[in-house]
Order: sequence, then C-alpha cells, then structure tokens
Amino acid sequence: MSIPTLTRRAFIKNASLGSGFVLGVSLAPKTMALANEPQLTEQLNPNVFVAIEADGTLVVTCHRSEMGQQIRTAITQIIADELSADWQRVRTDQAPGDEKYGDQNTDGSRSIRRNLERLQLAGATAAHMLRQAAAKGWNVKPEECDLKNHTVVHTASGRQVDFSQLISVAATLPVPEEKAVTPKARSDWQYVGKGVRSIDMQKVVSGDTVFGQDVELENMLIAVIQRPPVMFTEPKSVDDKKARAMKDVVEVIALKSASAPANFSPLGGVAVLATNTWAAMQGVKALDIEWSSNEHSQYQSQAEKTELLKTAQAKGEVVRQKGDVAKALQNAYQRISATYYAPLLSQAPMEPPAAAARVTDDKVEVWTSTQNPQAAQDLVAQVMGVPKEKVVIHVTLLGGGFGRKSKPDFAAEAALLAKQAGRPVKVIWRREDDIQHGFYHTVSAQHIEAGLDKNGNTTAWHHNTVFPTISSTFAKGANTPSAGELRLGFIDNPFDVPNIQLEKGKADNHVRIGWLRSVANVYHAYAIHTFADELAAAAKQDPKQHLKQLIGKPRHIDLAAEGAEYDNYGDPLDKYPIDTQRLLNVIDNVTEAADWDNRDKNKRFLGLAAHRSFLSYVATVVEVTVDESGQWLIPKAYVCIDAGTVVNPEHVKAQCEGGSIFGLSCAIGEITAQDGKIEQSNFHNYQVARIQHAPAEFDIQIVQSEAAPGGVGEPPTPPFAPALANALFAATGKRFHELPIPLTIKSS
Amino acid sequence: MITLKINNQTHEFDGDPQMPLLWYLRDELSMKGTKYGCGMALCGACTVHVDGNATRSCSLPMVAVKDKTVTTIEGLHKNHEHPLQIAWAENDVPQCGYCQSGQIMQAASLLASTPSPGDQEIDQAMSGNICRCGTYPRIKKAIKQAAGGDKV
Repeated sequence: MSIPTLTRRAFIKNASLGSGFVLGVSLAPKTMALANEPQLTEQLNPNVFVAIEADGTLVVTCHRSEMGQQIRTAITQIIADELSADWQRVRTDQAPGDEKYGDQNTDGSRSIRRNLERLQLAGATAAHMLRQAAAKGWNVKPEECDLKNHTVVHTASGRQVDFSQLISVAATLPVPEEKAVTPKARSDWQYVGKGVRSIDMQKVVSGDTVFGQDVELENMLIAVIQRPPVMFTEPKSVDDKKARAMKDVVEVIALKSASAPANFSPLGGVAVLATNTWAAMQGVKALDIEWSSNEHSQYQSQAEKTELLKTAQAKGEVVRQKGDVAKALQNAYQRISATYYAPLLSQAPMEPPAAAARVTDDKVEVWTSTQNPQAAQDLVAQVMGVPKEKVVIHVTLLGGGFGRKSKPDFAAEAALLAKQAGRPVKVIWRREDDIQHGFYHTVSAQHIEAGLDKNGNTTAWHHNTVFPTISSTFAKGANTPSAGELRLGFIDNPFDVPNIQLEKGKADNHVRIGWLRSVANVYHAYAIHTFADELAAAAKQDPKQHLKQLIGKPRHIDLAAEGAEYDNYGDPLDKYPIDTQRLLNVIDNVTEAADWDNRDKNKRFLGLAAHRSFLSYVATVVEVTVDESGQWLIPKAYVCIDAGTVVNPEHVKAQCEGGSIFGLSCAIGEITAQDGKIEQSNFHNYQVARIQHAPAEFDIQIVQSEAAPGGVGEPPTPPFAPALANALFAATGKRFHELPIPLTIKSS
Repeated sequence: MITLKINNQTHEFDGDPQMPLLWYLRDELSMKGTKYGCGMALCGACTVHVDGNATRSCSLPMVAVKDKTVTTIEGLHKNHEHPLQIAWAENDVPQCGYCQSGQIMQAASLLASTPSPGDQEIDQAMSGNICRCGTYPRIKKAIKQAAGGDKV
C-alpha cells in the first residue's frame, strides 16, 4: 500500500490552523565544546522533558547527572519509547540546575525509581498531541491513530505522516491533562527493557567527551587551591612572593575558611590562578603558609579507633527492640560475639572535582561535574549574594561521582574566584586535594552478640553501631547516628530472630562526613553478613542454609510494629515492602549459578552475602583462590539482583559489576588522620581495586520482574565485601573483623 | 624551542620545559581526550603513546618529548575505528568514560607488542590504569576481542 505523505505546507492548510511556536534559547560559551548547540527553532514542547523540533528531531532533556550509570541513555529510552521514535532521530540535551525539573540530586539510586512513571507520562503527552494533530488533519478520531517509527499512522486507511509535519499543528493544541494521557502498555515497550547501547559511547571511545575538568571558557584562568590541612583552620600567615613571581601565575587569592557546620561551604585556603594548570600547581607548591590550629588538630585515627570500639562494646541507645535480648542471651546454649571496625574512605572518582565559572553583571554561570545542580545553584547564589534566578549551573559529564559530587563546594569556589579575578576561572582539584579534603565515608565500629540454641537457631541478636554521623556536616555538634543512616541496613535487619535489640552510640567528627555509594549499608552489611557466617560456623551449618534460616519464612517485615523508625528510602511500603521472599529468591539464584552445594567437592572457596538496599535485593557469591604466599585473587563473582522493572538490562549488569568492584575497594582501602591531617594523598597510599584485584569474570542475573523499579547504582556494593570476607574465611579459616582486608593474608 | 609531532602534526613549544606533556596537550592545544587523574603516573588516565610506547603524560616533561612522536586518543585511528575502539563499544565497556582514553591507549600499546595477550599479560599491562567504575572485566573481554579481530 502506498499512501502519499502530506507535505507540511499542505498539512497546515488542511488543518486550517496557524502555527504556534515555542521558542527555546540558550547559549553555550564559544570556546566550549559542549555538544548539541541549541538553535532557535519552531518546536513542539509540551513539557520540560520533551521537545520535537521542526525537522522532527525528538529532543529529550535529561535532568539527572550522568556519572557512568547511563542515565542519559535510560531517560532517552523511556521517552523515545512513548513516542515510538526512530532512535536515529533523537537527541539528548543535559538540563541545567532548575527546580522546574523536580528533584535533580543524582544520588540515592532514585533516577529510575522516581522518574520512570513521570517520564513515561511526559513522553505520552507529546504522543497524545501528535496523535490529535494527525487526527485533526485527517478528520478522524485520535483513537484510530497510532505512533510508529517517528510517524503517526491512521490504522484503518494506512495514511501516515512524519512527526516533522505535525509540529506546527500539534504546538497549537492544548497540553492535555495527565489523566487524559495513557502511557504505553508494557507489552508494547520498544526500547525500555532492552540493552540499548550508551548514547555517549562514540564520544567516549574517541576521547571527545566534556567533563568538568575539560571545560574551557574564553579568557579563563586555572585555579589550584591549598586548602586548610586541618578542617576549619585558617592561614596565620601567607608568603606568596615566590608564587607571584612565577611566569604564568596571574593572581593569588585567599578564600575565607569554613566553620562548623561545614555544610557544602568551600573549605577556604589560598588559591593560585595561572594561565595554565601546570603553573597553578607549581604556584601552589611555592606558597609558604602557616596554619592555625583548633580542636581538630589533635585528631588521631588510632586513638579514635580505640574509643569507637569501646563505645560499640558499651551499652548504647536502643532504636529497635523485640522480645528480651538479655534474657535470651542468658538462656542461650552458645553465645558468639564480634566487634567490627571500618576506616574512613574516600570516593576518589577518577575525575577529581572541577568547576568553571563566569561572572557577569547580570548572572553567574558555572559549568561543573555535579551530582546535585540545584544544590550548586543554591550554594553559588548564597556565597555570591545573588538571587538564585541569576545563577545558571550547566551540568557536564561526571568522571565518576560516588557521592563526592553531591556536594557542590567546588562550584562555589569557582564562582568566588571568578568574581575576585574579574575573569572566568576554572578550579581544578588535584588528586591530593580530593583525597585530603573530602567529605569522607565515615569511620565506624559495631559490636554484635548472638545467642544460639542447641539446634543452632539464633535466639538473640544484639547489635550496637557507632560512627561519626553525616548529620555533623550540617549541624554543629551532631554526634549520634541519624535515623537516615540507621535505616541503611541496620534498623531494617531482615533476620527472623525472636529477640532483637539494636542500639546506637555517640561519636564526634573531625573531618567532613559525606555520602559514598550505598553509604551506611556498606559497613552495616559487612558486619551483619560476616557475623551471620560466623554463626553458621558456630552452628556447624552450611552458610547458605543458615542464612536462609536466619531470614526465615517469606514475609513482609513491619518495622513499625517493633517501634522502629523507618522511611523505606522515601517510598511507600505498600509499593515497596521489605519482602523477604525476594531476598531468599536472589540467594537461591546466585548460589545455584555458583554451584554452591558442590563447592567442597570441587575444592572451591565461596562466600555469600545478601542485602536489600535502595528497594532492591542483591545476593553475591565471591570465589577466591589463595596462593602459598597468602595472596588472594577472585577468579569469579556471581551476582543476582532483583530491582523490579529494569529499563536497560545491559547497564544494570554493568552496575552490578562496577558496584561489586567498588565494594571490593571499600574492603581494601583506608583513610587515616594524624594530628588532624589526612595521611594519604594519592593512589600510591590510598588503595583502590586495580584490574588484577577485581573478579576476572562475573556471572550476573537480573530477576525478571514487573514490580516497581528499585535502585540499581548502589545495591550491588554492600554485599560484596562480606561475601569476599566469608570466602576468605572458607579458604584460610581467618575472620576479618577490622577493615581493610590485607591483599596478602599472613598465616599465623 | 621544543619540536614534536602529535598525531602526525608538527608542534613547537617554547614554554616551561618542565611542564608535563599532559598540560601542553590539554591547556595549550585544547586536546581534552587525554585526562588528568593523579599527576604522579599512578592511575593511567593520561596515557598516550610516545614513539609507540604507552607513557604517562602527566609525569613526562616537555623536554623529554623533544623530537618525539606522540599519539593521543584523538589520533589513535583516523575514524576512531581502531579494533579496540570498536571492541570497547561492542562490549559496552565504559561507564563514566573518564579513564577510558587512557585504558584504550594502554591496551593499544599492549596489542602492538603482544598481539594475543593472555589474562596474566592483560593484568600486567593494565594494572597501572585505574577505573573506579569497575569496568575491568569488560576491558579484559574487549582486549581479547580486539586481539582476535583484523589488524588495522
């Protein structure tokens, strides 16, 4: 069947409608190689996420930050799907920070779980208008029309019209109310659920990407900052003569030191501004600064560790209670206890923080690799003393984030320096700055004691957690774990034990504490799952069977019934229950893939852990080999994730791999302080996983599910380290109550 | 004056001879494909080829590249279709992508000297290139795929 396609002119004439234009204009600086230079065009623009330009190009606006999770691709899949778009005629623009998009803080593994439905609706709204425009032109009912391959088709007659020819008419139609719009049925999904390749792939492999570190503005200076070595100290004296005398150094500017609470404020320090990065780095080295001291100057990690372990072993403040733990422990056949310690960690994204700023009379513009563009906008407005409407935050690609780039202190540094220098400035964090002046994953200590009966059943679980809290970053003197942190793998312990008592203890902070991929789940899952493995050994049971027994019968856990405060990652429990069936299921899947039951026969050393976080369920089996020198390797790791509905299974797999390897780094890395200063400075003394440490191979399973989408970026991280420690126990008989785990295990 | 060839183009440099090649590439030539990660030759993000050998440009002063031939990610292949670039895409290797220029340049130098590397050779050659996203297993797969494919 061959049906002539209406030309645009004819179509407008037929429809007897004028053309309503929606104009979108924004300008990028001339020298900046950001893709997708916007142009003045006529377009259909029913909402902030979707536009269709005159030539029919579907323009998707991604309001979440891209840091490797391929959210730009996922969001494009969702919207292109609703419009049945031709993938070759889709472009994705990156949104600046603006509250009109709703939440943009790209953390908490919530880009999909909080946006899938609203983005489907956004796409379906545009689809609805195109369908109506075509129906009007053909004088048929919109319900008789379908979208197919960037066209609207009248099914009965076979007439077909390209999107480009509908824009002028569609743009004049009223935007329908949400209730009038129906997103596609799951069975009709064309892109969602498929392993579509990253839209940024070609740029990445060609070296054509723009990260925060890569931004170039006309007439720009590069700034490197010597920040206070001890939090909140100030320069007592600065000798910058040598720095100022250096060729290419243009300016030396002192920044005001921050004070408690740290919030997202820049730390202060002394900035050297130069015409190139090398000169700025050399200039900073040539500064001679004498620093003040304060109460944090006495901070020693060794002493803190002793203190934290003591607090963990003492009585804490009860936050969840069921039954009578003290009595159950007294009556126990066997009592087992362990005290855990995990050090500070740095997120250390491969791209250290960076931001470029340009200040003019009427606005402040910042280009930066931020996870949180709205917080950057608020902070820059605050430090510059301008209304936030005058601040534009352009979001570049992020060379990793892992929570570090949720804090926009570097954006404020760039704005402050650009104003003082009177010309654009890019602030570069050196790796040393990143490792020594971060927002650290907190140091922690935990004590667990359990009672077992004669049959090896756990009858009592007593767990105390102690750590400097993230709240200390936002409230001076906050020194007790917050409800928000306890909800991450502690208070939501899924074990079906009749007597449970969970406590928290006090600890002061001496560095800025922040988020790191999966946050408190990291140390809570480590303690809980290595301890569960100890209980299995004490009960002389198979760790898998024992873990399943601890989790108990399939059920939905009601923490409120035990008086525990639990917010379920901000989502309702009826939509996202704590469903132990799903936890048991991922354990069954992963152990089957790993051939768990035959491991002894096959002389393989395996460890298991399973954890629910960010509304998803992940079980991990790690296999290790240990050579005569005690050096261990991971030939293979097995992961099963149940994240409900999945938008891009290939990228979910990649997150399971990467999240696992991040978990490995959490087990082998350590940040320490002496006299208030961070002792590590770069990758020679801050250990992160390299290729030879990582699992040589992965087996990843994604549970097929139509449940509401859960998080993906973070959930694979928490179970990895305990699964590794349990595998190392199987191989060596050694327990690792204190992190980091050494890369070579000495025989005792 | 230091004369050198970068991606088949001759360049002349008369700045600080101690300036590392990385900053000449990034700041003077606006070639941003080569990335800064550590400044101490510890992470490999800045890897380029100097006379064909994988080298950390963050720690290589300009004086050391006098009369040398430098290849960066931008010049690895004229259409960006080096077998490794193709294999990288086909195996969905990159996540954030920041370290991947350095990974690809390091892998290209490995394949030039060892056309069919085994697991241990790959680990050895790639152990200086950190990826915090954890793309290592896919890097391994992609190198093997490229090694098995046609020569450029």
